[in-house]
Parts: sequence; C-alpha cells; structure tokens
Amino acid sequence: MRLPARALVVALPYLWLLLFFAVPFLIVLKISLSDVELAIPPYKPLLTWTAQHVLQIRLDLQNYGFLFTDHLYIDAFLNSIRVALVSTVICLLIGYPMAYGIARARAKTRNVLLLLVVLPFWTSQLLRVYAWIGLFKANGVINAILLHLGLIRAPLTMLFTPFAMYVGIVYSYLPFVILPLYANLEKMDWQLVEAALDLGCRPWQAFLKVTLPLSRNGILAASMLVFIPAVGEYVIPTLLGGPNALMIGRILWDEFFANRDWPVASAVAIVMLLLLVPFMMWYQRLQAREAGAGS
Amino acid sequence: MSRRPLFVVSCLAFGYAFLYLPIASMVVFSFNASQLVTVWDSAHSPTLHWFAALFQDQEMLGAAWISLKVGLINATGATILGTLAGYGLARFEKFRGRFTLNAMTTAPLVMPEVITGLSLLLMFVALDQSIGWPAGRGVGTMIMAHMTFSMAYVTVVVRSRMATFDRSLEEAAMDLGARPVKVFFVITLPIVLPAILAGWLLAFTLSWDDLVISSFTSGPSSSTLPMVVFSKVRLGVSPEINALATLTIGTVALLVTGASLWIARRDAARTVATG
Repeated sequence: MRLPARALVVALPYLWLLLFFAVPFLIVLKISLSDVELAIPPYKPLLTWTAQHVLQIRLDLQNYGFLFTDHLYIDAFLNSIRVALVSTVICLLIGYPMAYGIARARAKTRNVLLLLVVLPFWTSQLLRVYAWIGLFKANGVINAILLHLGLIRAPLTMLFTPFAMYVGIVYSYLPFVILPLYANLEKMDWQLVEAALDLGCRPWQAFLKVTLPLSRNGILAASMLVFIPAVGEYVIPTLLGGPNALMIGRILWDEFFANRDWPVASAVAIVMLLLLVPFMMWYQRLQAREAGAGS
Repeated sequence: MSRRPLFVVSCLAFGYAFLYLPIASMVVFSFNASQLVTVWDSAHSPTLHWFAALFQDQEMLGAAWISLKVGLINATGATILGTLAGYGLARFEKFRGRFTLNAMTTAPLVMPEVITGLSLLLMFVALDQSIGWPAGRGVGTMIMAHMTFSMAYVTVVVRSRMATFDRSLEEAAMDLGARPVKVFFVITLPIVLPAILAGWLLAFTLSWDDLVISSFTSGPSSSTLPMVVFSKVRLGVSPEINALATLTIGTVALLVTGASLWIARRDAARTVATG
C-alpha cells in the first residue's frame, strides 16, 4: 500500500499551492476583464444573472486597450525591462569575478568568503536599501567625504536619480548572482583549464574558451534570478529612484493603492506575467538540467 | 592550485567593500548623538540614545510583535509544507502532477512580489465574497500569503539535501527489519534535519523582512515591522532605524556565524569518525 501514502505526502503542498498560487492568477485574469466601479470591492462582476434568469458574461478588454494606448504604461514596461537588463549585466560583471575568486580560494578562506556573501542575504533588503539613502543624500556620507577632500565644491545630487536606483538594485541582487555562479564554478573540472594551459593557451584564452563556456548554465540561472524579479521591483525605485522613476511595479502599486483601480492593476499584472513566463520556464529548465548534471 | 591573479583579488576586495560599506555606515551612525543622521556629533557620541528610543516607540514595538507572530507561525507551516514537497519531488520519480508541483515550487522564487501580492489579495477578497472566509484581512491572511512564497524556499533547501542523501543507509535499515515509518524517523529525519532547520530559519527571515506581499494582504490594524519602517523611511532618514538595522545585523551575524561554526565542527568530527 505505498501509493496512498505517497499521494498523501504530496497532496497537501500540491493543493496548497494550487489554491494560493495558481488559482489567484485566474482571479487576476477575471478581474482584469471587468469594469471598475465605486464599490467594495471596486469592480463589477463578470457573471451576472439577468432578470430572465440568463447567465450573462461581460468581458471588457478596455483595460488592456488602455495599457497599449497610454504612453505611461508602455514607457514603464520598456523602462523596467531596460533597468532589469542593465542591472543584470552589471551584477554579472561584479559577481562573476567574485564567484571565480571564491571558487579558486583555499578551503578555509572559501568558507569565510562565502559566509560574507550569505550574511547580507539574510539581512533585511529594506534596511540595506535604506543604508544607501544615508550615503546618497545631499548632506550624506559620500557628499561629506567628497567635500572634505575638496573634490567637489557643492553637494552632488545622487538620491532620487537613475544612478541611485541602479546601485540599489545591483547591491540588493548581488548575492543572488554570486551564489549560483559559485555553485557552478565549484563543480567545474579545473583539469580542463590546466590541459588548455599545457597545450599553449594563454590564461585569458583558457578562460574564454574553457571556463566561460562551462559556466554558461550558472550565468543564465544567475541572470534569471536578477532579471525576473527586478522587472517588477517596487521598493528600490520608490526609495532611491524618486518620484520620476518609471517602473511597472510602481505603476501596479499606485493603480491599486492610490487610484483603487483594481481592474487596471490586474491587467498590468497579467501583461507583466505574460512577459516573464517564458523566462521563468527557461529558469526551471536550467534548474532541472543542473540537478540532472549534479547527481 | 591557488594562482590568484591580481585582477580577481581586486574584484573580491571591491565587491566586499561594496557589500559592507553601506552596512558599516548604518552601524556607525546608529551610535551618533546628532539628530542629523549623517553628521557625526563627536561631543556626545557614541551613545545608545537611539536604541533606547527604539524600545520606547510603541508603534515599532507593536509592529515587531505582529511580525514575530506572523514569522513564527509562517515558518512552522511553510516548513511542514515545504518538507513534504521537497521529499516528494526528490523521492518519487513519477507521479501525477509532478510537473505542476515542480513549476509551482520554482516560480515563487523569481515571481515579482507585486504580482504575488496582488493575486493573493484578489483571491482573499473573492473567497470572502463567495464563501465568507477569510472574513476581512489581517494576520491570518498575511500568514497564508507568507506560507505560500516561503514554502518554495524550504522545498528547494530540503530537496537539494535529499538529492545528496546516501540511500543505502535506509536500505540497510529496511534489510535489518525496520518498518518504513521507523526508517523515516530514525534514519531519514536526522540526516535531513539540518536542511529542515535551515528552511525554517529561511522562512522566518523571509516573512520578517517582507514588505510588498504584507502590504497587499494585511488588514487595517496589522502593520508589520517592515511596513512601519517603510512609511518612516519614505518621510526621511531616521536615526532609530539605524539602531534597528544595527540590532538586525548583529543578530543575523551571530546566528549565521554560530551556525556555520557548528556545521564546520560537526563535519570535522564526522571526518575524524569515518576517516
């Protein structure tokens, strides 16, 4: 009688996720197709019984039409994708050499270095983003140091600029890049690199021809871990990017909380989801491949 | 083997400075007497004034209590669900719904929080309207929302531990006549336990730090600590929050360092015992 026991083990988490993770998306889809109304909750039902006891369905695509005609939404989507893409590349440029250095370090040093990457990961992201406000402010630490050194005469405007937002995103997501890259590089067969060196490759050639192609899966997985959540980022653009930072996560938040327009907020969520689902599926395939290669 | 080019070493130095300088500046300024957060008042500093102020701030204390409640219940629930899912995915090669379960435990790891938050809230509202449960929103809905995303992390941790598990230990116990339930409690559970504990801590931390999903799913009188911090930070920098950050970082550093020392010692003991 193994089958019922097995079914019981997976049934509980399965049903939980079905109810709280999968079904909610259908509800978002439903509400994105309904009309906004001044009521609680602020939308009209899709299905209504008319006086003749006929089930009437009203689908309203107006919310989506709105998204594709108003420049605010299109610009926010494009800007979010650009910000996420640039942040991913910067994260990789800083994170890859770090992961490489950690993977090649001696066992004892390696544990300490890894611990130092994991530590910020356990600390509140909100507080770590807040730290940058203190550094970037007009009378903040960076300006104070630069003024003291005589490098600038007047304080630089850093807070509430795209620059501050990029720093915040790269800073928050850097551990998410280093850890998968390290896991990938640590498993690598370094004898292949030595063979390339023995056969006359220069170190940088060996890196480009052997190490980099072998860490391809790690690079892709790390990129997905930054890119996908960064597209919908809300906290960092709000705290560091200032009122002009046009990101789609903020638009969704404002439509929901400030304008109380649940149907448009839902439509924004559905479009964002459609955009990101291919990347999520790609990430899942990469994870499955890594797990298969590991065992 | 450890030929480390200057370039890699300087990248490491730059990277760690980037990771730690902002944290260090928060810690330093939490002991600063000046109300102007970033101007050092050398006459009256260092001081514990802001720590005292933090512990007298009723709004912060109340929010911390709610966060603690949500975090503890969430961590326990998410650990049970995540352990079951991680065990099932690692052990059962094929079952109906494996693909869906796998997708539903991977997607929350990368899903933008605004989407998860909005969809959960709309779901709670729809449930409330149609079956009257959960009535209104508050701590309960927040716990359900937190369990949904943090169980995915527990699943990953438990599953990867199960993947590196030496199954011959279980088989040996079975051959010696132990029943499957006994094998699970005597062999499997002790080996997977560190992963389950790590998953519990991870689930607690994720819940304790969450702002976006909590904002969507909480009710009028159930603001969590991150929600109060966020509303204060939006109004400007406050020295109290530096003190809170110092406490958080201190606790995390102690726990993480302690845990890794414990694991290192245990591994060393095991190497001595087996080798």
